[in-house]
Amino acid sequence: MDMNEIKEIFFQECEEQLAELESGLLKLNDGDRDPETVNAVFRAVHSIKGGAGAFGLDDLVSFAHVFETTLDCVRSNRLEPNQEVLKVMLRSADVLADLTNAARDGGSVDEARSRQLIKELEALANGEVPQAAAEPAPKAAPPAAAEPVPPVNEEGFQPVAFSFEEFETGEEPAIDLPTYEILFRPKSDLYAKGNDATLLLRDLSRLGEMSIHCDMDDLPALDRMNPEAAYFAWKISLKTDKGEEAIRSVFEFAEWDCELEVMLAGDEAQAHEELPMQPVPFDLSMLDEEPRAPVEEEDRTVAGERNIRESADSAAEGASNVVQMTPSARAPAENSRSAASAAAQSAASQQAASAATPTIRVDLDRVDRLINLVGELVINQAMLSQSVIENDANGTSSINMGLEELQQLTREIQDSVMAIRAQPVKPVFQRMSRIVREIADMTGKSVRLVTEGENTEVDKTVIDKLAEPLTHMIRNAVDHGLETPEKRIAAGKNPEGTVRLTAKHRSGRIVIELADDGAGINREKVRQKAIDNDLIAADANLSDEEIDNLIFHAGFSTADKISDISGRGVGMDVVKRSIQALGGRINISSKPGQGSIFTMSLPLTLAVLDGMVVTVANQTLVVPLTAIVETLQPEASAIHSFGASQRLISIRNSFCPLVDVGRILNFRAIQANPVEGVALLVESEGGGQRALMVDAIQGQRQVVIKSLEANYTHVPGIAAATILGDGRVALILDVDAIVAASRGQSLKPEMSLAAAG
Amino acid sequence: MTYAAKNLTTGGRELIAFRVGDQEFCVNIMSVREIRGWTPATPMPHAPVYVLGVINLRGAVLPIIDFSARLGMKPAEPTVRHVIIVAQVKSQVVGLLVDAVSDILTVSDSDIQPTPDIASDFERSFARGVLAIEGRMICLVELDSVFPHEERDAA
Repeated sequence: MDMNEIKEIFFQECEEQLAELESGLLKLNDGDRDPETVNAVFRAVHSIKGGAGAFGLDDLVSFAHVFETTLDCVRSNRLEPNQEVLKVMLRSADVLADLTNAARDGGSVDEARSRQLIKELEALANGEVPQAAAEPAPKAAPPAAAEPVPPVNEEGFQPVAFSFEEFETGEEPAIDLPTYEILFRPKSDLYAKGNDATLLLRDLSRLGEMSIHCDMDDLPALDRMNPEAAYFAWKISLKTDKGEEAIRSVFEFAEWDCELEVMLAGDEAQAHEELPMQPVPFDLSMLDEEPRAPVEEEDRTVAGERNIRESADSAAEGASNVVQMTPSARAPAENSRSAASAAAQSAASQQAASAATPTIRVDLDRVDRLINLVGELVINQAMLSQSVIENDANGTSSINMGLEELQQLTREIQDSVMAIRAQPVKPVFQRMSRIVREIADMTGKSVRLVTEGENTEVDKTVIDKLAEPLTHMIRNAVDHGLETPEKRIAAGKNPEGTVRLTAKHRSGRIVIELADDGAGINREKVRQKAIDNDLIAADANLSDEEIDNLIFHAGFSTADKISDISGRGVGMDVVKRSIQALGGRINISSKPGQGSIFTMSLPLTLAVLDGMVVTVANQTLVVPLTAIVETLQPEASAIHSFGASQRLISIRNSFCPLVDVGRILNFRAIQANPVEGVALLVESEGGGQRALMVDAIQGQRQVVIKSLEANYTHVPGIAAATILGDGRVALILDVDAIVAASRGQSLKPEMSLAAAG
Repeated sequence: MTYAAKNLTTGGRELIAFRVGDQEFCVNIMSVREIRGWTPATPMPHAPVYVLGVINLRGAVLPIIDFSARLGMKPAEPTVRHVIIVAQVKSQVVGLLVDAVSDILTVSDSDIQPTPDIASDFERSFARGVLAIEGRMICLVELDSVFPHEERDAA
């Protein structure tokens, strides 16, 4: 593995950490005050900083460091994470993401923005509460060094008084050589990761004058000792001018694997209350080479326990001292009552950690290959069943039972393999919250993004392709959908607008809803615009819904003024097209004064498609179900000739062109008689309806999509291929291309396969 | 296969020989993935006459070229006795419908004679040379020019 690969892994991890960071901050923003959430946020920034340091990404490190310092204030309850603070932090998370991307792709970042945020973060860390009415970006907080503050250490950090409750009183720390009381209780993880308490204590002793007491109360009887557990804790009293940060930095790499409390002396009474621990005198000299000292000096322990310790000591056989004995006293034993509390604590922390399920990263190609193979397995299994049934009419029951089990197994394998590609929509939704923040800042609006169902799972490719149209729609919703705060107040609404993004599963598809509580679509103006653009006739009688849907029309995107007038419309045709390209549909419903709701219905995967299997000129074809509006059996009276070759079918008093699929694909020379076939009413990209004539409908089926281009070439009118249960290839119709061809654009000229000789 | 045995020692290359009508052709064995029997193909709309359609090759969609028609000879009427040579050409896998596979030849470069100059441009475009083996004439085929390519010669 070379450096670049390691770097790539780091950046992948960064992405996860950034997502974690943002979701944690958003949770805090919603009022979550769980210390674990704060820790998760802190951890994310901390790991990015650590990794960035290893790769010498200085910009990233310095920003992450300032960010981390401020987060630490929140973690230690010195800074109340209110809305204003979180606003700064969320923006900092954005900048951190930008810096990460810049480090990865070599792009540039808005330096003014990151400098500004560094200032704001430092101001927060210095205890300056941001003004409630702080302007979005610039001129927010005064420079950091404005206040007279206690001594600043070399990292630009100054110690701040720490206590549990009386923090608000703003008590200043003692300036000359404060004494810190430190409780250090390692978990077994600490040792498992190769850390050594001895070394940590030795480092700590370098900070100042130190006295240590070892707490051995948790040490169980030898026969009950769990060799993997950690039983000792240390209570340290340290006189230092280096500050709390320096003390904590000693434990920097151990802090997740131990209980660590650092407090200024004076809070001792309270500390004792909370920590019913009997300190044991413990001399630093014990850390050195004298083995027997602690046990001899120990005088407060019960006699029985002393024996046990002595035997533990000898069991450690030449362990150089007691401190090291803790990890090395690995007699096989059960956890005992005294260790029970520690066990419970570690169980609790494990529970918190298990919230994030362990995952592995896999190359998408490998998953695709697996999905392909399973698709084959399913088809093969179907073929096998068919031939067994054909060849062995009264088949033995054991063969039939075996086949049935095989069928169940393959179905289960298929489901599980498909599930590998499925991912929650969460990352996309999270990205949207950033876009909302940015657009809100730009437009001076106050917006709250509410997301629901972000754990709804959908195929990775769908997720990837969802981001773009969604971004566009969110922008529109904030920029045009929501009114300005003044207008909202005037309308009697909450000045803060709400954008709601919801995902849910509904009948085998994923439905994503984007709702805003803005002004809704101004139908009069949309209508007027459509008339001006010759999209509709001046006297056209359109339903509200039809008017709303006009904004998806391509004509609307070119006129940029519409965004100011109608409130919607810029590029919505592009959105619609990309949703349709995904095999999805988009709908809008709007209520004047109450806002608009966009509803997108998308397939769960792009590897499988719901299709109508039809027969055309003895060929089996598949028509994507999403394109079909309805099917009907044409009657002779409904068919009307139009000119030399065109035919129309009347459906509820409107005329729809008939398209013979067999003819347009060149499968037959003359048009089939419509009365003998079935008409599929389809809707194409441009919104135009066509009645596609096929010979017969075989049924609906989910089909696995296979590429034609891989070995052949693009075929106009054909979107892809699939393999049917009998092992034969069936073609999947490209409805849009067929409809376009029926408008007079021949399929043939696009044909890229020509005689090469 | 005395001829093959003779050439194995000289470290020549291996070719697969096949028959179409009364003519013999051969292709480099390295580009051949497998040889399989004929199965009915799904016709493709607007395909050239020599593209018989596509079949399912363990999940991949495999186009089938009628070699005879491709060379401008009489189109084959595929029966169960026909075979498909599945060959890899660059990144694509394509099936070649032929009457029968006849031989595996091991030849050295010096055995390959240049295409006789009576050939027209069309024949020259797919023939890389001819082999005279035990009284037979076998045409060495350039697969690259036989198969359709994406974006080639878009009309």
